[in-house]
Amino acid sequence: MAYLIDRRLQGKNKSAGNRERFLRRYKGQIKDAVARAIKGRSIKDIEHGEKVSIPVKDINEPNFGHAHGGVWEVVRPGNKEYQKGDQIQRPKSGSGSGKGKAGNSEETSEDDFAFELTREEFMNYFFEDLELPNLVKTQLKSITEFKQQRAGYTVSGTPSNIHVLRSLRGALGRRIAVGSKSRKRLKEAEEELEVLMRTAFEDDHRILALRKEIHHLRTRLHAIPFLDPIDLRYSNRIKVPKPSSQAVMFCVMDVSGSMDQAKKDAAKRFFILLYLFLERAYEKIEVVFIRHHTQATEVTEDEFFNSRESGGTVVSSALYLLDKVIQERYASSDWNVYVAQASDGDNWDNDSVTCRELLINKIMPMVQYYAYVEITDGEPQNLWHEYTQIPDACPHFAMQKIESPADIYPVFRELFKKQPK
Amino acid sequence: MTTTAIKKPARKTAAKPARKKAGKPFRLPEQSEWTFELIENIHQEIRRVAEGFGLETYPNQLEIITAEQMMDAYASVGMPVSYAHWSYGKQFLATEKSYKRGHMGLAYEIVINSNPCIAYLMEENSLMMQALVIAHASYGHNSFFKNNYLFRTWTDAEAIIDYMVFAKNYIADCEQRYGIEAVELLLDSCHALQNYGVDRYKRPAKLSMAEERERQEDRERYLQSQVNDLWRTVPRKAEVVQEAGPSRFPAEPQENLLYFIEKSAPLLEPWQREIVRIVRKISQYFYPQRQTQVMNEGWATFWHYTILNQLYDEGVVGNGFMMEFLQSHTNVVYQPPITSKYFNGINPYALGFAMMQDIRRICENPTDEDRQWFPDIAGSDWKKTLDFAMRNFKDESFIAQYLSPKVIRDFHFFSVLDDDKKDKLAISAIHDDAGYRYLREQLAGQYNLGNREPNIQVWSVDTHGHRSLTLRHNQYQRRPLNNQTNEVLKHVARLWGFDVILETVNPEGAVLDIIECKCEKRQRGS
Repeated sequence: MAYLIDRRLQGKNKSAGNRERFLRRYKGQIKDAVARAIKGRSIKDIEHGEKVSIPVKDINEPNFGHAHGGVWEVVRPGNKEYQKGDQIQRPKSGSGSGKGKAGNSEETSEDDFAFELTREEFMNYFFEDLELPNLVKTQLKSITEFKQQRAGYTVSGTPSNIHVLRSLRGALGRRIAVGSKSRKRLKEAEEELEVLMRTAFEDDHRILALRKEIHHLRTRLHAIPFLDPIDLRYSNRIKVPKPSSQAVMFCVMDVSGSMDQAKKDAAKRFFILLYLFLERAYEKIEVVFIRHHTQATEVTEDEFFNSRESGGTVVSSALYLLDKVIQERYASSDWNVYVAQASDGDNWDNDSVTCRELLINKIMPMVQYYAYVEITDGEPQNLWHEYTQIPDACPHFAMQKIESPADIYPVFRELFKKQPK
Repeated sequence: MTTTAIKKPARKTAAKPARKKAGKPFRLPEQSEWTFELIENIHQEIRRVAEGFGLETYPNQLEIITAEQMMDAYASVGMPVSYAHWSYGKQFLATEKSYKRGHMGLAYEIVINSNPCIAYLMEENSLMMQALVIAHASYGHNSFFKNNYLFRTWTDAEAIIDYMVFAKNYIADCEQRYGIEAVELLLDSCHALQNYGVDRYKRPAKLSMAEERERQEDRERYLQSQVNDLWRTVPRKAEVVQEAGPSRFPAEPQENLLYFIEKSAPLLEPWQREIVRIVRKISQYFYPQRQTQVMNEGWATFWHYTILNQLYDEGVVGNGFMMEFLQSHTNVVYQPPITSKYFNGINPYALGFAMMQDIRRICENPTDEDRQWFPDIAGSDWKKTLDFAMRNFKDESFIAQYLSPKVIRDFHFFSVLDDDKKDKLAISAIHDDAGYRYLREQLAGQYNLGNREPNIQVWSVDTHGHRSLTLRHNQYQRRPLNNQTNEVLKHVARLWGFDVILETVNPEGAVLDIIECKCEKRQRGS
């Protein structure tokens, strides 16, 4: 008659497909919202969902309906004071019948339609703006060290890995198992013999037979090998990725007047990518922001991206500061140091040479990787020409040019592609 | 299929240990956690009582689901299966957001008008709530679905799930063939007209699922040939066409816009006609529910109240259960007055429940007033009377027939006349002797979908010229159309394939206003 069915374990997320369709339909609006969100967020905070709102008028599903006007006569509950024929001031809203819906008038509220993107959805939109169909995971190979770790025992391996105790224990077990039947019979036979010896003559055929059997059994037991190849056990060692404990990421940016908001935005996206990338390899990442025009300062992220200072450009000021900070705070071998430098490449002429020398002689020996991006749609500047000489001396220096936001991801990949060893 | 927003009371924390069963009769332990066994047991008791009262139902299927699943079900208007569309995703996001923020309790039950009748029980519900939902949905709504004349006429409980499966597959198939975008645009347009995709008076021919599928291909061919035939009258080049007078098309105005489009839109492909048909069919399926909200909820609420009270009288459920139940029930049937900030129109649960209770009262303890107003039912058998009312009415006629002066007084009903030609609002009637009949008529009219929705019909097609479609809006009480009208007309034009004109006429037939919507160039890819 009645059926009671437990459906709790099936069919969750039936709406996922429809949700996806909704997002696809309003992709434009959502992308805008994501772009706004990136501006407002810190680099470390990027991997969260995001609240998105879309103007209601954009997603309204229209229907025929009445608007206010003409004659409406509506029955309402809760009369306290009125008598028939009373006249009442029309409420200010102009809706004749107080608040609440009159008939099915369709004056929807003007609030935006707001909802939350999940983290995955957010990341998809984030990377999509970089014209990247699928997230990095498979592409980016982190430069992880491996460590050897014991993982039980195997039956094959090199002699140097033979585990003696395990092998002998196995052999003992095998000997007991293989010999048990014979040993049992041997014991019985010896007891029978002893009994017979007391009652029978020495040459009784039963005694002879038992002696023969006993001899046979002993031989047999002796023949069981002490150590058989199948007993051998080897220590098993496997390689596991060893996350280097910590890293520090330096964001060095030129904030001279020529770095406009669009360029800073491109730089930010680049830094975010770097952060996401490093996050996969390290348990702990610190981020240090250094900005410079003619002078360099260490600043908070907020100041970093939102400052409106301008002036000339002396890139070496930032490099001196970088060197100083590394020496003071990140010099120990526990730190993996990464530097990403973004600039439009415009530098004071003589300074570029200084920069190159500083990098080759002081900074490069201390860092894991140094990436320089030049954000400009013009010709490469003098800093670029100087920097091109560095990779010969220091293979872990890389540089690329970003002309438009679409370049960010390809450039990033180019910079961080797996290096042939 | 209906959703019910029964508010959940705060969960009791301290549950007394279950009492020992005292002898034969089942006694529900005083605890708030449910178990499968307890649900089975209480369901048996509810069924026994419901059958004792003569409730006739489809077989019941109870399904335990999670809150997430409830949101899924909610997002597709309660359908267990539905075709894919972005608007359901929008619905889901909206539900999810308010649910997560705690702004809204979820509906505690969704019940599907199908055979067997499926009711969802949410796992978060207390034992009391599960019992309430079973009584409300599986016996209240279920018996209404099975017996009310509108549902009997318009919905086929045997076939709906199959039909939804057919629709889902058909539409998915179209997406494969013609692209998601093309299907989505078509569905958008159909949805904009779904309230105008119902037959109000014609009786449907019932088709089983198997026949439906079988006939679908035949239908495609046939429809297409009909359409071609219709458009044969379109002049070819210089050929002279006789100005034959009476070839007006359609011969009569058509109220079912989607039906008209399905049959006569010149350029639709066969698969597009089928999708128009699907939306129309589903809309028709929901049409009885839109017309019986007060009755359906009133009936279900009346029965959960009556059944659980009986179980209490019999000692099957205890005091704690009853306290918790009454709290929920009271919330459900609360009607905030118009002055309250919670006022949001008339609560159909409150009105429906009050009227059902009132009918029982008139049967059992009639006053002189009742004898005067309801000579036929005062003092009659309440079960028969209520059963008759449930079977043979919709909200509009139910209120016109049964709303008593007592209920009007209890609700302090009054009517407000808002005429935009006057400076002030006028109170046109209140709950007094002079006002009862007037209020009853007014309130009944308020539930007439024909008054609630603008009356828009297909008026004519210019078969000899530009093929434009003219719709007519017969204005009611001088009420203007809302500001979405242009958007809807664009959808009509997309379906029709040519220009669409909407004329607003007054009751005398004079045209007051004309809105024209040029058809955008069709992209006939694929």
